[in-house]
Parts: sequence; C-alpha cells; structure tokens
Amino acid sequence: MADTKFSPQDVKKIARLAKIELNPQEEQKLASQLGDILRYVSELQRVNTKDVKPTSQVTGLENVFRDDEIDVSRMLSQDQALSNAPDSYNGFVKVPAILEE
Amino acid sequence: MDLFDLSIKDARFGLQTKEFSAEELVFACLARIKKLDTTLHAFLTVSADALKQAQNADAIIGRGETKPLLGIPVALKDLFSTENLRTTAGSKIIDDYIPPYDATVVKKLKEAGAIIIGKTNEDAWGHGSSGENSDYEPTRNPYDISRVPGGSSSGSAAAVAAGECLAATGTDTGSSVRLPAAFCNLVGIKPTYGRVSRSGIIAMASSFDTIGHLTKTVYDNALLYEVTAGKDFLDGTTPEVPVAPYTKALGKSIKGLKLGLPKEYMSLKGMDSRVKKVTENVIATLVKLGAEIMEVSLPHTQYAMACYYILVPSEVSSNLARFDGIRYGHERSFFGSEAKRRIMLGTYALSAGYYDAYYLQAQKIRTLVKKDFEEAFKKVDAIVAPSSPTLPFKLGEKADDPLQMYLSDIFMCPVNIAGVPALNVPGGFIDNLPVGMQIIGPQFQEERLYQIAGAYEQNTEWSKVKPKI
Repeated sequence: MADTKFSPQDVKKIARLAKIELNPQEEQKLASQLGDILRYVSELQRVNTKDVKPTSQVTGLENVFRDDEIDVSRMLSQDQALSNAPDSYNGFVKVPAILEE
Repeated sequence: MDLFDLSIKDARFGLQTKEFSAEELVFACLARIKKLDTTLHAFLTVSADALKQAQNADAIIGRGETKPLLGIPVALKDLFSTENLRTTAGSKIIDDYIPPYDATVVKKLKEAGAIIIGKTNEDAWGHGSSGENSDYEPTRNPYDISRVPGGSSSGSAAAVAAGECLAATGTDTGSSVRLPAAFCNLVGIKPTYGRVSRSGIIAMASSFDTIGHLTKTVYDNALLYEVTAGKDFLDGTTPEVPVAPYTKALGKSIKGLKLGLPKEYMSLKGMDSRVKKVTENVIATLVKLGAEIMEVSLPHTQYAMACYYILVPSEVSSNLARFDGIRYGHERSFFGSEAKRRIMLGTYALSAGYYDAYYLQAQKIRTLVKKDFEEAFKKVDAIVAPSSPTLPFKLGEKADDPLQMYLSDIFMCPVNIAGVPALNVPGGFIDNLPVGMQIIGPQFQEERLYQIAGAYEQNTEWSKVKPKI
C-alpha cells in the first residue's frame, strides 16, 4: 500500500524528478497539501478492479497513421521556429552546456 | 438595444440587412472592454487590428458574400495558439510567447469570418475552477464583482456575459467551460472528446481536454459548433464522424424523450438546497414540455474526483515538461503554485513503485465511470443535473484549500472521465446569482443536447437577465 504521508525530503525527491526548484517553505507546504490530496485519492484502492481493463483513451481509435511525406504548407520556417527562443545562434537553439570539458 | 447585447443570430441579421456595420459592432464591444475590463480583468490581450478585421468583413459583406460568423467579434481563451497574437495560457512562463501559427479551431473561426477581438484570462494552464489561479489579476463575475466567474475559462465567460464580445472559446477538461457558463448565465458546450480538434491548443490533460465555447443563446452555441466540430488531420484523436447540422436540432419537440436524474448527485451532502430547488423547477418545465423524468444511478460517482485527480495531474506533469525555457518561455521557477502542485502530484503518481497503485488503478476506475454512463444511456436519452452544487462563491473563499476547490467540479468531471458531451444552460437565479443546468448525452449525440436545451430556452427567459454592470 502506498505511503500517503509526505516529508519535505519526499517532496525534494519528486521535485528533482519534475525539475522544479522549491524553497524550504514551499517544500513544507507541499508536503502537507500533497499528503492531504493523496490521502483523498487513496480511497480508490478500496474499489475492486479485478478483471477491469484500464481505459487510456475514450475514442476507441487505434493506429491512426499518416504517410511519411513532407507537406511544405504545414512546415514552420527556421525563423518561425526560432522566433520565441530566448537564445539562438546560427539557426540553432542555444542551450546551457551539459557536458564538461 | 445596444449592439453588444445582441445574440450572434440577431447581429448577423443586422449586418446582412445593413442596419449597422461590422465596424460599428466591433467598436461597441471594444468600447465595452475599455469601460469594464479594468474591473473585470476578462482580457489579457486585445487585438490591435480588431477594427481593421471588421473593415475587411464589411468589404466582404458589401460584395454580397456571407459566412457563418462574418463580422462577429469572438474572443479566444488564452490557451488557443493565435498567429502573431500573444498567447500566455494565463501563465507568467510564456507571458511573451507569440505563436507562429493558428490552432485548427482558430483557423476555422477565421475562415468562417469571425473577428478575433482578443485573448481571455484564465486559470493558468487550465488549472482551476474559479479563475483565481491566473498568474495575472483574477477575473470577476459581471453579475457580482465580489464573486468568481468560474474557471478555468473565466475570462471567456465574463467577456460574453458583460457584452465585451458575442462569443468566446474555452476548453473543458474537468468543468472549465460548463462551470463558468453556469456562474455567468451562459450556454456552454463541452464536446464529445475528439469532436473538436485540439491541435494548436496548449495541452492540459491530453485524454481529457475538449474544445468548447460560451455564448448567450443555444442557437449561437450550435452555430459555432457547426464551425469548430470535425475530424482534423492534425489531431489523431478526432474520429471520422460527420458534423451534424446542430442548429437544425432547435425547435424540435422533446415530447417522449426520457431524461435521467442521477440519484448520487441529488443526494450530495453540501449541495445548496436552493440549487436543488432550481433543479426541480427546471425538471418541472421539461416535464411540462413532454419529457419523461426518471431516476438513474451513476454508482461510481463517489470515486470520480479521486480518479480525476490522479489521471489529470499525471498527464499535466507530462504536458508541462516541454516548458523548459529553451525553445520558448522562461524557466520553470516561473510556474505558479497550483501548476507546481499538479506537476508534483503527477510526477509522484507516475513514478516507479507508485504507478500501479495510483495511475493504473485510476485508469481502471475510469473504465467503470465510463460504463456507468453507458448503462444509464440504455435507459434514458439524456441526463439532467445541476452544474454546480453551490452558487458562484466569493473570491478567496476556497483559494486556501485546494481540495475544497477541486470538489466544486463534483458534478462535472465524471463527464470528462467518460468522454461524453454536456451542455450547460441557464436554469434560473438565486439572490441575483446565476444557476446552471447540465444536459449530458451519449458520445456524438450533441444534436439531442441542443434539441433539449432549445426547447427549455424557448420556454424561459433567463438569457434576457443581463448583469447590472
């Protein structure tokens, strides 16, 4: 059974996975709020779902494919694609370095 | 009558008969925005070229051409990507984002001749039921500016109710078109999932998001639906189902139609007894018009909220991962507290060790909730229910208790879980505050919803009650 009590430490772990930075007050508050919400949703455990298939989408559609063709009318130009990038260089999006020398 | 108080139907007639021009109509709405919006905060961006769009429309009208929405000022919820028009999702992270393309629905509205008058305020990313989670100033309810207009399509509802535009688009993932429609005396459609393309609309929960709109009358709503509905090549979740002539469903008698009242909703502790009374009045009118009313059961209602608050935050955590400040927007510390809360919830529910207990279990409950509706629709043609257990509440009343806020959607989110369509219609007033009713139908049976709503509207006058603002 999943644990529904949250410590600020637990919150730190999830925040790292979610790439969200939190200050100590936020960690405290979230620990208590997440605890409340998870306690509420945990009542789902009481429902007997043996032999019930999960629903991931309600349309019933399967294998919606298109031909692997380029449609120029639907393409963004490089300028359009970069138009909102905070930092770009020579037609590329510029990002902070992730590899050390 | 002021031009901004017209329905789309009447405005079209006035434009066609040259009683007034599109420029005059749009000018009237812009003047309304100027007068009211520093109080209402319905708009985040007003189109600088709205009058120019109107002049173009007048030129087309002058040539004798007609289009379904020619010259009609429409506002777009700020989740709708609009080419060269700032689109913020109600958030600070993309407060300066200018999309390089139009969402499919925006394209369709433009092709139908609509004037895009601006982008409306909302709970950031669609996360909320009141408008108070906007990263900007929260929108006020035109019927009582100390109260919320409902959310997350808060600005869209306030804008239409106050006459700042003649229609506005919204999204409904858990209540977000129907609740603001209910709180602001409007007609709001939550389509069948997949009926309207989601392409270009900033995603909240991809298996729940539906693309709807709010209008003053049922006919106006059906007219817009004929424009927005339809399979889209760019959205793989839109099935090949023909678009019905929804406007033709109005005027048909509802004699003999079987309507269901869910017993789990009517017995809810915490439902305002006055809302219950309004519901009974609505039912009485429908019975007078020839419909049959019976009780139905949706036995998994008590688990619907919990199911929703696992599945939706999980999908949210995935959809908001793209906001990394690299291709657009600022970095992730700009997220508001509700967004952070939902991302964290979702990340936890999907993480190793917890996926089975939470996400997988919730998906199975989803199947059971969907089956509840399928079983009910074997007995009745449509379900009628209140849209909200309470009246529009005061700003700040629920803001400190996220769980309390989530529970305002209790009559709404089962509909999104099941993927069925629902229409909110004005049902009456309590203490001068609007009360809305939901009409819920089987997948792709929106004609039936418009038929019932049309019959009800013809016998009531709620839409004539304008806010005293």
